[in-house]
Amino acid sequence: MTEFLHVLTDHWSLFGKGFGNTVKLFLIAAVGSLLLGVLLGAFRVSPIPALRWFGATYVNIVRNTPLTLVFAFLVFAVPKLDVDFEYFTAAFVALTVYTAAFICEVVRAGVNTVPPGQAEAARALGLTFAQVLTQVVLPQALRSMVPPLMSVLIAMLKNTTVAAGFSVLEAGAIPAYMAEFGEPQFYVLLWIAIGFLVLITPLVLLQRFLERKLAVAR
Amino acid sequence: MGMKRVAVFATAATFAFTLAACGKEGTPTASGDSTASGAAPVSDTCQSSGATFTADSAAAVAGSATFDKIKSAGKVVVGVKFDQPNLGYKDTSGKRCGFDIEVAQYIASKLGVDPAKIEYKEIPSANRETAIKGGEIDYYVGTYSITDKRKADVAFAGPYFVAGQDLLVRKDESAITGKETLKGKKVCSATGSTPIQRVRDEKLTEPENIVEFKTYSECVSQLLDKKVDAVTTDDAILKGYAAQNSTDLKVVGKPFSTEKYGIGLPHDDKALRDYVNNQLEAAFKDGTWQKIYDGTLGKSGSPATPPAVERY
Repeated sequence: MTEFLHVLTDHWSLFGKGFGNTVKLFLIAAVGSLLLGVLLGAFRVSPIPALRWFGATYVNIVRNTPLTLVFAFLVFAVPKLDVDFEYFTAAFVALTVYTAAFICEVVRAGVNTVPPGQAEAARALGLTFAQVLTQVVLPQALRSMVPPLMSVLIAMLKNTTVAAGFSVLEAGAIPAYMAEFGEPQFYVLLWIAIGFLVLITPLVLLQRFLERKLAVAR
Repeated sequence: MGMKRVAVFATAATFAFTLAACGKEGTPTASGDSTASGAAPVSDTCQSSGATFTADSAAAVAGSATFDKIKSAGKVVVGVKFDQPNLGYKDTSGKRCGFDIEVAQYIASKLGVDPAKIEYKEIPSANRETAIKGGEIDYYVGTYSITDKRKADVAFAGPYFVAGQDLLVRKDESAITGKETLKGKKVCSATGSTPIQRVRDEKLTEPENIVEFKTYSECVSQLLDKKVDAVTTDDAILKGYAAQNSTDLKVVGKPFSTEKYGIGLPHDDKALRDYVNNQLEAAFKDGTWQKIYDGTLGKSGSPATPPAVERY
């Protein structure tokens, strides 16, 4: 048991740095993918066929591509086109591009739960498409979007570990370091699992809070 | 890595074609030259050193649990690397070759197992101790540095090779001449590996210039794309890459550490450790080691002599 504790206490700085970068990467990729995902979701429900087509194509291409491949493309293929990314930027872009496809679908599903009468009534009042979406449809759609949205974000938090293979020192890179220090892998992996449970807890609490806040008596 | 391969092949093919074309236009006698030069720059197919290993059917290691297991199974499970040219490599046709591979084959033959009956397992560096402790492999040969910390988990026979940390740079690089010249340069190595930790600890370059990938091949790819300026790890590994792509890469040649490569064995099997040490010493003496080296790593142009076994 003491050895189990020492694995963590002897390497505070490594764990701190690793999980610090994980959180940093998660936070900026979450903001990026929420913005891009909502925009793409709006495309998919918009009245303009070209935008709907773009949204559908994006989702079909990106959602069906392995995340590692998206990373590899940005890190190994793009430099050959003389476009230079920092590795952290590449990780942010890869996670955002990938997660946005899933968020787009969550948004679309949410919008579809709002009765068409709502949008029709809003349009009848003279609201523009943007106003209909942001002031009438999305606030109501949010209620059914919260659980799947949190699932997507939790999945993304865990997906950040892929970045370890592409020169970002985050939680997923810790086992490689610890192996070189000669620390027992079993304990190291256990601590990393615990670390992720701790990181995911706020997301779970946020989900519960939002569900309560948005709940309405039916 | 796959893309890189294709690119390298394309380059090599173009190179060979250009040479052939030159030969036709200019000197009529150049046709022989062109085939030789065309084949030289990149070789992805495995070639053995030419040393042959015959299973020693009379082999016996008294009191070794691992040996008994190997004997009753009729095969041996060996942990290796697969992505280090001329060291531990698997080519596209699935054939394995390199210095470490042949050392593993030699040991297998001395344990009474035909090298054809070796079951290779590709074990990443981070999982080596776990694989040996868990009995997943019988022994491990793959740039495995002997350290005191590791000795707590596994046993080491050897060393069978002494390497040192060095730098791989692009052929036209003139600014990097040793570890003191790395400031402001991007340096790449395997994630969390000892060489990159040394770069970090000795502040050879700034923390933001440290680049880490899972494999050295990925680092070499980044080096060729000019995204990093140097790849650092043991010279043995780097020379393998330099020999593979001698038109674009070179090794600086100023090692700044000592890494003793050992054969990883189960921790408590002292009988097996002594036996493997004896067999290594025999190979050092009778020229087998030299033959393996010259036919693999020696192709890089740098000679080496056998080290001395350290028993503990």
